[in-house]
Amino acid sequence: MAVSTPQASGQRSSSRAFGLVVGLALLAFACLASLWVGAKGIPFTATWDLLWHNDGSSEAVIIHDLRVPRTLLGLLVGAGLGLGGALMQALTRNPLADPGLLGVNMGASAAVVVAIGFLEITTLTGYLWFALAGAAVAAVLAYLLGTAGHGSAAPERLVLAGAAVTAVLFAFVQAVLLLNPLTFNQFRFWDVGSLASRRMDVVAQVAPFIVAGVVLALSQARALNALALGDQAGKALGAHLGRTRALVAVAVTLLCGAATAAAGPITFVGLAVPHAARLLVGPDQRWVLPYSMVLAPILLIGSDIVGRVIGGAEEVEVGIVTAIIGAPVFVLLCRRRKLARL
Amino acid sequence: MTALRAGRLSVRLHPRAVVVAIALAVATFAMSVVALTTGDYPLSIPDVVRTLFGDGPPGAGFVVTTLRLPRLLTGLFVGAALGVSGGILQSVSGNALGSPDVIGFTQGSAVGAFFVILVLDGGMLAVSAGALVGGVVTAVVLYLLSYRGGVQGLRLILMGIGVSAMLLAINSYLITRASLQDAIVARSWQVGGLNGREWGHVTVAGLTLAVLLPIALAFGRRLSLLELGDDKAQALGVRTERTRLVLLAVSVALAAFTVAVAGPIAFLALAAPQVARRLSGTAGPALATSALMGAFLLVTSDFVVQRLFGSRLPVGVVTGAVGGLYLAWLLVHQWRRRA
Repeated sequence: MAVSTPQASGQRSSSRAFGLVVGLALLAFACLASLWVGAKGIPFTATWDLLWHNDGSSEAVIIHDLRVPRTLLGLLVGAGLGLGGALMQALTRNPLADPGLLGVNMGASAAVVVAIGFLEITTLTGYLWFALAGAAVAAVLAYLLGTAGHGSAAPERLVLAGAAVTAVLFAFVQAVLLLNPLTFNQFRFWDVGSLASRRMDVVAQVAPFIVAGVVLALSQARALNALALGDQAGKALGAHLGRTRALVAVAVTLLCGAATAAAGPITFVGLAVPHAARLLVGPDQRWVLPYSMVLAPILLIGSDIVGRVIGGAEEVEVGIVTAIIGAPVFVLLCRRRKLARL
Repeated sequence: MTALRAGRLSVRLHPRAVVVAIALAVATFAMSVVALTTGDYPLSIPDVVRTLFGDGPPGAGFVVTTLRLPRLLTGLFVGAALGVSGGILQSVSGNALGSPDVIGFTQGSAVGAFFVILVLDGGMLAVSAGALVGGVVTAVVLYLLSYRGGVQGLRLILMGIGVSAMLLAINSYLITRASLQDAIVARSWQVGGLNGREWGHVTVAGLTLAVLLPIALAFGRRLSLLELGDDKAQALGVRTERTRLVLLAVSVALAAFTVAVAGPIAFLALAAPQVARRLSGTAGPALATSALMGAFLLVTSDFVVQRLFGSRLPVGVVTGAVGGLYLAWLLVHQWRRRA
């Protein structure tokens, strides 16, 4: 159990920094494993060589065209979901908030359903911009609804506004899918969330959004700490509540919108990882945010590898594996530790 | 607030909450009348009344007593049950997002139902039984997992989210691996609906409500004391752990039975208590109003979906939209009133 006396804080921050380094090392290890492990067995040394010298062999093609984009996407999507979830929970001061709450996931889903059902678009790259646009529109709608007239969104209102937008979009998605089996047939595979079959162009299109979101998010860490004290105390400390909330909402939209657009709606990661991070480092957002950003891709890339290995020829989608692996860990963590309040 | 006293009995009443409850009851009744009289075979109100007493115009008996009435009653009971179930959970967890959908009861029921549909290829009754078993098992597992010398609301919900994520993953796996035909059947069930409900459904839902609603209402007052926090509640004479256990059991049972009867109807359990609480303007949970709100929302949604899509879409599609839009309207409206 972490010590919580102020005297120990110096020592605590060095152990937190050490933890972060360990996390980064684990992440690097996960990335290497993701390049190495797969249906096609390639020795590790050969993998390493081929990574730097693309000799055009079939092994090199597998690594460069399949495993590299997949690993990079795992990094981006994982960081986006973990950070997005942490921001969302801090923004709404609700520990149950997940990245999907502002309507982001459902907005992306609704747009993808429109793309499949009405515009007959069938490629992953084709969905991408729809999903991004849908996520953004839904998030803006939820934010406006949550802030109507106030100028700054009270946490409770934001939670309910997000739930309202999600509910309406969910109804739309269900209606279209039930009335149109062919759309459903295609959508159900996007809907589970997967990193498979994404090429480098998807990575390139999504990366700028995630990077912008990360920069914006980290710049708001200190302000989020002030927000956590409640509106009055935060204001008294000179925090610009409205500006912080708006910027954080933008960051959530960029991070989660891009992640969902690239990999489909992957639930749970964005909710559970920030909790794990808080259990490890306490409520300080300057630590919670980087920890979430590092832990989430470890979970995602690790799950992706497991999904490739256990499925054999027919791999199990990462969105399914994250929950099967992550949920028991999450349950154990919450059982054994004292819950860190927001 | 005023207090009504009759001898040793006294009831505290919020005038506004009472007005809201009465208005909801009237609106629900009116909606029920509309639902019974309109459709492909329009009937006047006197015709419906005569039919109920076995003296109606030819053909009306079938339309009213076989088609419309069971559907209406199932809707009323299921809606009320979901409203109460959500109200209890939100109150116990102290979180507006604490509803049976979020916490995993409905996912557990869905796993049971999916297993029956996709693996055992069972019929309607078996699916309901599977859903019931799934929901109850999930609830027991959740309680055991969250128990650490008492159940803390937040821990319960977090456990629920963890377990729910696993169950959802299993469901998604089953859906992606099933044939399209089976996947569509499972998906339709998953949305929740009232199409083709018969008197059997009415009986199950009615009995559930008859047994559990009084318990919920009896414990409802202690619920608002629980919201003050365990220490204060104990100081006021509430046995917190036992109260929470009883209320959680009631909430789970209500949710599980509704899922067995009508499938997991989205969002109603989350929206009905929130809307009821905001309309009544009371600080504590208003379980009776939540029940009325749930019944009203579900019956109205079912009416809307029948008129717009016939039987092609289940009501679960519309409860989400109606509840969501109403919540959105309330959020904006509340601000206007305050300004």
